[in-house]
Order: sequence, then structure tokens, then C-alpha cells
Amino acid sequence: MEEKTSMKAKSKFDLRLFLMNNAIYAIMLVMIALVVAVKPSFFSIRVLRDILMQSSVRIVVALGCMFVIISGSADLSGGRIVGLTAVIAGTLAEQSTYYLKYYANLPELPAFVPLLVAVLVGAALGIFNGLVVSKLKVPAFLATLGTAMLAFGISNLYMDAEPNNSQPLGSFTDNFKALGSGSFHDIPYILLIAVFCVAIVWILQNKTILGKEVFAVGGNMEAAKVSGINVLKIQLFTFAIAGALYGLGGCLEAARTGSGTASYGTGYELDAIAACIIGGCSAGGGVGGVGGVVAGVIIFNIMSYGLTFIGLSPYWQYVAKGVIIIAAVAIDVRKYAKKN
Amino acid sequence: MEISNVILEMKHISKHFPGVKALDDVSLTVRAGTVHAVMGENGAGKSTLMKCAFGIYQPDEGEILVNGKTVRFTDTRDAIDQGISMIHQELQVVRSRNVMENVWLGRIPHKKALGIKWVDQKTMYINTVKLFEGLGIEIDPRTVLARLSVSYCQLIEIARAISCDARVIIMDEPTSSLSENEAELLFKIIRQLTSQGVAIIYISHKIEAILQIADEVTIMRDGMCVGSWPANELDNSKIINRMVGREMTSRFPRRDYEAGDVYLEVEHLTSANPKSFRDVSFAVRRGEIFGIGGLIGAQRTEMVESIFGLREVKSGRIIKDGKQLRITCPRDAIRNGFALLTEERRETGIIPMLSIVENTVIANQTINRKRYTGGRLFLRKKRRSEDTQKFIEALQIKTPSLLTQIKYLSGGNQQKVVLARWLLTEPDILILDEPTRGIDIGAKFEIYSLLVEMAKQGKSIIIVCSEMPELIGMSDRVMVMCEGRVSGFLEGDQIQDQSIMHLASSYMNTATEGNGGENEYESKK
Repeated sequence: MEEKTSMKAKSKFDLRLFLMNNAIYAIMLVMIALVVAVKPSFFSIRVLRDILMQSSVRIVVALGCMFVIISGSADLSGGRIVGLTAVIAGTLAEQSTYYLKYYANLPELPAFVPLLVAVLVGAALGIFNGLVVSKLKVPAFLATLGTAMLAFGISNLYMDAEPNNSQPLGSFTDNFKALGSGSFHDIPYILLIAVFCVAIVWILQNKTILGKEVFAVGGNMEAAKVSGINVLKIQLFTFAIAGALYGLGGCLEAARTGSGTASYGTGYELDAIAACIIGGCSAGGGVGGVGGVVAGVIIFNIMSYGLTFIGLSPYWQYVAKGVIIIAAVAIDVRKYAKKN
Repeated sequence: MEISNVILEMKHISKHFPGVKALDDVSLTVRAGTVHAVMGENGAGKSTLMKCAFGIYQPDEGEILVNGKTVRFTDTRDAIDQGISMIHQELQVVRSRNVMENVWLGRIPHKKALGIKWVDQKTMYINTVKLFEGLGIEIDPRTVLARLSVSYCQLIEIARAISCDARVIIMDEPTSSLSENEAELLFKIIRQLTSQGVAIIYISHKIEAILQIADEVTIMRDGMCVGSWPANELDNSKIINRMVGREMTSRFPRRDYEAGDVYLEVEHLTSANPKSFRDVSFAVRRGEIFGIGGLIGAQRTEMVESIFGLREVKSGRIIKDGKQLRITCPRDAIRNGFALLTEERRETGIIPMLSIVENTVIANQTINRKRYTGGRLFLRKKRRSEDTQKFIEALQIKTPSLLTQIKYLSGGNQQKVVLARWLLTEPDILILDEPTRGIDIGAKFEIYSLLVEMAKQGKSIIIVCSEMPELIGMSDRVMVMCEGRVSGFLEGDQIQDQSIMHLASSYMNTATEGNGGENEYESKK
């Protein structure tokens, strides 16, 4: 009896709950509507393509960040790992005719080589993060802050070495540039890569035991431990995946912009965390999903693009971002408080 | 019983939540200087009623009178101002600060100079000492709380309530984390308070404790008030019948003890933590329910968690079915057929935001991966749901759906899900640490029956239990621990209150009381 009535109560459509759970998509639509209302020409394939292209790298970085947040940790090293891997990938992709070529004797490499190296370097730094957090028991917030500084230092030293002397990188090979700006039937490669990452991460998260264990560790680490989950392994895994995705992001960023400096990726980690949080990841861990994170990234990009488009100072985007983040977390906190 | 003044009156209180009527025309009359127990199964509405009395919830209908005057509480501050305090089940203390700062939290005595409020340590110390003297509490106000056991933290909360001039103190399951000795100390303090005219509203599932301490008992069922009676007109079975609304002939399932061969042997197990247990040896047979008794600080939890690989062991052997095992992490233990239902459901049991399915399959999928992947890369969703559904039915878990987040279930149902998690791994040796803490009688009986059923199947069951009737009612044999050592074994008719208590305190003279609690906390960290 009791069961039946409660089931009925649950299955009834609750508009408020629905809006709360899907607020992110509603916000996205409202924002698009607002910009279109001011400038109808915003609603075009070209603009959409631009926004998605700009979002691609951010999505890749945010996906990595999401894994760490769901596992109950924090990762502040994302932006600097993007910077380091961008310059490493860049130096491996320079044309042989370039007079400042970093590795003068290196032949021109196919684009996947710098990409792979960047991913591996990112993963290595991620594993380093993971080891510091899980083995040395340094709080993730501080461990990754340390790694961020370390990565920034290394990328500056790397860029400062002869013959580069801190010059921005340039003169990339054609196939590396194509990775960033080329397209397949009008769909940019870079967007395809981002979509591919989204799919892989979604599958990993929802269809594998590993993914389920990440949620469990983030939800209640002690309970996960008692249930036989190797918490150390999960932590290492989440940071490694995150690092690999940052590395991929760094390489794509260099390819997209056709250049590279040590300051690439500055602030990306905070944007990624913000996108995760407004995308429904709980700051405490255990909750989150790919859809929300992607929407979160796109929202921020629509905002910066849209504001410029309607002729407002782009600096307004920071004001708006701040408001959105605080509002999103305030809603989130209420969402969980209400039900308890 | 002398009729004293009514201090708190709740009249015809109703409270709705979306889809549920949590309270339906409930009335409660509390007199000064008495202990008024409120009883009922989980979900009966006790907590909701108390939250109305303490201003956490506002009732939809009905009125609350304090000393005959109608009051409206918009938040807890209003309630405190009217002399009502509440000691929550989860203690509200700052463990990293000392006793006196906790007592005066938010009201620390100060002197003003240069426009700045300076903490007045001396006054704070003296006030605390005075307060403790009045209550008969012996703790140095400067002790950091992290060094004290849970029971002392609770006393500090009571002291805090008294220092706010509380005339009514609501206590929600105050003895749930106390050993019998500590509960006795709490009762002493409660008696002292009532003699000073303070009224205590005492919420508990523990009938023995209530019959011992309460003057009046109000019983609730399904959000309604069954009635109020003087405690001396009630007994065990009357209370149970009124709570569940049905006859319950026995609180523990009957069975015949027919244990088989020795199955698990633990030899000279010694913790890596020198303050914890040492030289623990025992053997458990197939089909046996083996109880482990002792006071808080006896290191029982630490001991079973060490067997399960959660804590480091310095020396000793664990032998199952004649084979010595090497267990360094829970996964080893689970693979070897052990299961451990941990003591703190919220801390180490449930994963609150995940679904019933996730919470059920989590342990089994770490050791039986193939069962859930079929050797492929992806999870078999159906298999996970089927396994969960099977146990929802077998254990009669009440949940709206398989995908409901576990935090929405009642304590008893949460406990059943965690139990299902372990039963799914098909353990040979099931260790349960305080398996029925904070859950209602109906669910308790179901869990007891399940354990008996498992014992009949030849499994070994180890129960760590602080509730005397449960330990006595369920165990075939009892091992009692004291201060990290085994102080004795009891069997058959020897298993009695007094014999257990005697053993549980046998080494007590050699160590101070606070010491045990200290170990407890430090080793937990």
C-alpha cells in the first residue's frame, strides 16, 4: 500500500524540481534568446560554428576537471598543464624551415606525434598529482596548486632555452595547423575531437565499473573503501585521466591558435571548475555528468561571444560569470538541502 | 507521582510535507521536573514533532504553549530563548576546540577594551567549573574535545543547554553511541536535572532505558499519537504492542543452537596502534552467532575492522577453514568471504547521493566484475537491477524505486540496503558492528531473523553489540572485551547482564575511564 502511494507521488511531474535539475539548459536557452533578441544575426551557422570551436578546447579541459570533482577532489593544475603541453606540442610541430626551430635537427613530424606527447606529458603530471594526493595525503587543493606552479615554471624554463629565448612559438607544420583549423565537411576537426572525448568520457563514466567507482569514492570515500574499492587507484586514475585531457587540450590550443607561449591556458582551470559546478557537479563530489559540463562550457562561451556581439564590453563577461557561478552554487545547495 | 506544572504543551499539531502527512493532530504535554519519553518506530513522526518544538519546522496547524503562553518559533533561536534546547543525535560540537569554548560557543565571556571584545579566559574557566559542579560532571574545562569520548561530548552539550537556562531539554537517541556505563552516567545527570525542575523529552528506541528513566511515555505511530501513559503502567510488551500496533511475541527470533566445526580462528591478533587491542584470540564455528560485548573504548570496532583489512595489524593470524589468510585491504577480506557491516552507517556505510542500485552492488562488483560486465567492456545494467530487486524483495526494503537516492530512505531501510550489499557478495563470515543502531523495532526483528536464517545455512556470524538485550538475545556465545583485551567468554545460560558487565569492566581499575575514549577517537582518525 504504502509503496504504491509513494511511487505515485514520485512519478508525478514536479515542474520546480524539473527546472532545478535542468536549470543549466534553461539558462543556456534564455541567454541565446536574449542575444538573438538584440541581434537576430547571432542566429547563424557561422556564429554557432565559432562558438563550438572556441568551446572545444574548454570542453576537453572541463571533462578532465569533472572527473576529479566527481571523485571528491579539486584540481587547480589544469590551466598550467594546458600551457606546458601547448608549448611542448608546439615545439614538436615547427616547420623545418623555421629559423628559430626549437629542435633544429628534428624532421617534420605528423600531427599525431606532438598530440600524443602532449597527452602523455599531461597524464604524467596528472599521475604526479594523484600520487601526491593519494600517497602523500596532501589535500588536493594544495597538491594541484603546487603542480600548477611547477608546470608553469617548467614551461617558462622550456620556452626560455636556446634558441627560443621566450619567443612565442610559430611556423607550425601544415598538418598540425589543420588539426586546429581544418574541418571535415564543414565540421572542424577540433570539434570532432571534443565530441569524441565527450562520448568516451560518457561511456567511461556510465558504462564501466571504473566510472561507477569514481562516483562511489566521491560520494563517500570511507564507504567505498569498506566495500573493497581501491581508493588510491581511483584517485590516481581520475587525476591521470584529467591530466591526459589537459594535455590534449594544450595541444589543440596550440594548433587552434597556431602559436604557443608559457602563459597559454592561464585561468582555464578556474573556468573548467566553474563550468563543472554550474553544470551540476556537486562541489563535495559524487554527483555530476557530461551533459551539464558541456552545457556549462558553452554557456560561458555564448556569454563572452554574445556580449561582444551585441556591443558590450567583453569585460562584462567576468561580472556575469561571477554572478552565474554564485547563483548556480546557491541553487545547488538548495537543491540538496530541500530534499534532506 | 506528584503532579507538577505543565511547562511545554503542544496541541493538535499537524505538519505536511509534499506527499506526506508527517504529523496528524498530535498533542504532547510535558511537566517540569519529569522525563517524558517519546517513542515510536522510525517514521512515526517523533523527530518531526521535536523539530516543531525546537523551531526547526513550523507546524501547519496546532499551537505550542510554553508555561501556558502561546508561542510561535520561527527558528531555533526563538526556542532557545523560551528555554527549550535540543541535543541532536549527531553531536554539535567543535572537536578541535576545548571543553569550555564548546560550552560557551557563541557566547564566550569577554571584556571590552579599545573597542575590541577580548576573550575572558578566567571567567570562562570559572563559569565552566561552577556549571560542571552543579551537574556533577568531572572534566577539566581546558581539555580539547578530540581527546574525549562521545559520551563526554554529549555531556558538554547538555551543560551548554543548561548554561542557556534551558527548562526543557530534548534528547534524540542520547544513548545510541554510549556504552551501558556511560548511559548510567547520563541517567545520573538527567535525574539531577529533573530534581532541579528541568523537563527532559527523551526520544529513544531503547525500551529498557526508557522504563528506567522516564516518568511518562508518549507513543506515536504513523504520524499520530497513540497515547500517553505514566511509565510505571507500562512494560516491555505493552510498549512494543502500542508502537507497532500488533502483537510481537518475542523480540528475538527463536532457534536452536546447533553449531558446526570451527570455521574462523583468530590468534593473538594485535593492533599496530599500541593504544588499541592486543593479543585477541577466538574461534567461531559454522552456524554460530558470536557476540562481542564490551564498553566503549574496548576496541571491538577496531578489532573487527582489523580483521577486515581496514586497519593495520602488528601481529597475529587469521585462519579460515584451516587456511591462514593474508588480508591487507577490504578487497582481500571480501574475496576471502568476509563481509563487514560497519558501525557508522552514515560515515562508512551508505553513499548518500547514489541510487539504491549503486549502493547495493558496489561491494560485489569490486570482486565479481565479470558478473556485471560479462567479460565485455560495458556494464550489464539489467544484471545490476536484477540483483538489487532480488534483495529489495527479500529484505522488504521500502523504496519508491531502484533509482531513488539512498539518502531518502529511512534509517532501517538504509541499513537493509547496506546489508543487501554484503549478502550479495555471498559471505561465509558476516561481521556486523552495531547492526541495529538507530533503526526501528520492526526492521530490527527482520534483521535478526535474517541473521538466524544465515546461521542456519552454516555461515558464521559475528555481532559487535552494545545493547545488552540484543547481545544476550542473539548470541550463541559471547566474547567480552575490555581495554583492548579479551576478558572472557560466555556460553548458554552464562550469557547474562551481570556476567557481561562484570567482564566488560574487569580491567577497568588499571586504566582511567577517559583513556578508552581517547583511544577510540585517535585510532578512528
